[in-house]
Amino acid sequence: MENILLKGNLADLESYFNQGGYKPLKKALALKPAEIIEEVKKSGLRGRGGAGFPTGLKWSFIPAGAEGPRYLVCNADESEPGTFKDRELLRKNPHALIEGMAIAGYAIGATHGYIYIRGEFAAEADLLDKAVAAARAKGFIGKNILGSGVNFELFVHRGAGAYICGEETAMLESIEGFKGLPRLKPPFPAVKGLFDCPTVINNVETLAAVPAIIDKGAGWYASIGTPKSSGTKLFCVSGPVNRPGVYELPLGTPFRDLLEKNCGGMKEGKKLKAVIPGGSSVPVLTAEEVWGVKLDYEALALAGSMLGSGGVIIIDDSQCMIKLLGVLARFYHHESCGQCTPCREGCGWIEKLVNRLEDGKGSPADIDTLYSVAEGMLGRTICPLADAMAMPVMSFVKKFRGEFEAHAKGNTCARRAGRVLED
Amino acid sequence: MPFKLTEEFKAKAAHICARYPRRDAALLPLLEELQKESGYVAEEAMDELAGYLELPYARIKAVVTFYTMFNRAPAGKYHLQVCRNISCHMAGAPGLLAGLKKELGIEEGETTRDGLFTLSSVECLGACGSAPVMQVNAEYFENLTAEKLDALLDELRHGRLKSR
Repeated sequence: MENILLKGNLADLESYFNQGGYKPLKKALALKPAEIIEEVKKSGLRGRGGAGFPTGLKWSFIPAGAEGPRYLVCNADESEPGTFKDRELLRKNPHALIEGMAIAGYAIGATHGYIYIRGEFAAEADLLDKAVAAARAKGFIGKNILGSGVNFELFVHRGAGAYICGEETAMLESIEGFKGLPRLKPPFPAVKGLFDCPTVINNVETLAAVPAIIDKGAGWYASIGTPKSSGTKLFCVSGPVNRPGVYELPLGTPFRDLLEKNCGGMKEGKKLKAVIPGGSSVPVLTAEEVWGVKLDYEALALAGSMLGSGGVIIIDDSQCMIKLLGVLARFYHHESCGQCTPCREGCGWIEKLVNRLEDGKGSPADIDTLYSVAEGMLGRTICPLADAMAMPVMSFVKKFRGEFEAHAKGNTCARRAGRVLED
Repeated sequence: MPFKLTEEFKAKAAHICARYPRRDAALLPLLEELQKESGYVAEEAMDELAGYLELPYARIKAVVTFYTMFNRAPAGKYHLQVCRNISCHMAGAPGLLAGLKKELGIEEGETTRDGLFTLSSVECLGACGSAPVMQVNAEYFENLTAEKLDALLDELRHGRLKSR
């Protein structure tokens, strides 16, 4: 199958234009906004940032006849551990994003858009600035796009280091110049979002798929993948495989194909132990569970995990699951914004408990405490960061309980993990 | 130390503020500009910026302390930021970090006496396919090994920060 998103290096406007770029924008501007939304609905495109919410439906939540400005925000905060697809897309195909935003902006009636890019991606942000300027110079964005009378101004907004700003309402706070504290919903951003105005927030990969859908039609896009998970998805594979990297595959591709065909299998001497299939926040799957699984929203949910961001973290049997959970607990504890008690305190307690077990100072009762703290965090906070901590904890404990018990008996393997360069 | 916003900064700031319907939304990009000038955001600079944006000082301080990329003290010429999250961890980040501490004789959060290097560990840099990764100032260095790291430190000591 031909790639839709990653088609070699199309970073400069000319090469993007020469392979048909910005033609879909012209086509879209001749349609009514409602027709574009209908087309995106029919395509089955779902949010690629992690939640998988239907994109066309999200766009339709902007209240009809809402007065005043509306905004479109692109989430390029890519901070979910194990995820590095948007970086690749921003480097190789930034104009697909810009064109997708111009189309989406017109569809929802937004005349201003912001791309929120994590501050660490300095090189990619510079590239984006250049691409936006080039698109503006050619009249693809800005005032009176392609003589249509439609306006769409686009700005790049750099973050400054905070995982939480990938959460959509925290992102809005951050664009407004505040700390990234997630907002209580409702009101949802579609009703009251950026600067208190109706706002749609979409991931880079989601928006970059829009031009192809307008160009080739919803039916074509929906024919790729599975009936409920249509289109292609960028999978980013990290861990001890022969060819880690970003691969664009139709949704529903077997995990085994990704590992063996695309990534060239496990590195020599490494045996698959577990996989976190959708970024560090989703439940871990054991090697047995993941082997027959297909990579789409439904199949992964059925397997007890999530497609998430498509960040596939491969774990081999030299790794200590307690140590790895400790790494994740440190991360979530560090990134919790502190607004909600279950998250602020829970992440801290989880980090302490896991470290205690890892250091061989824990007791078997700590394992149950760990699980119950995580369970107590689920669904009890403003944003999903607490769930993002709880899900790995509960799945690690459930599926690798033997390792936890061995640690609780003092039989630790602290020195096994992360020793590669220490030897 | 007295601090004054330069005319050059103010000209740039006016341009940045114009991207937003409210001027104070430009706070993050303006702090980034300030940090570009001196490598960190001084207390006096926060005061001045508060005056410029007509915001309470507490709002500026809250933002500066919330986001990890703002330095509140002068950093070394090269800020070594080693990713320690899961993919980099599995690829040997703890060893890299330990090696750097030993080589530079400093702990995380410290700067070498010659002012050349500041060492930090950071969370996921979003380049997991080429783990382990270290960011030096704005630049990424990927697929690191102990040997590559040695060579990089050598280059940096000779004043050369260049792309892979």
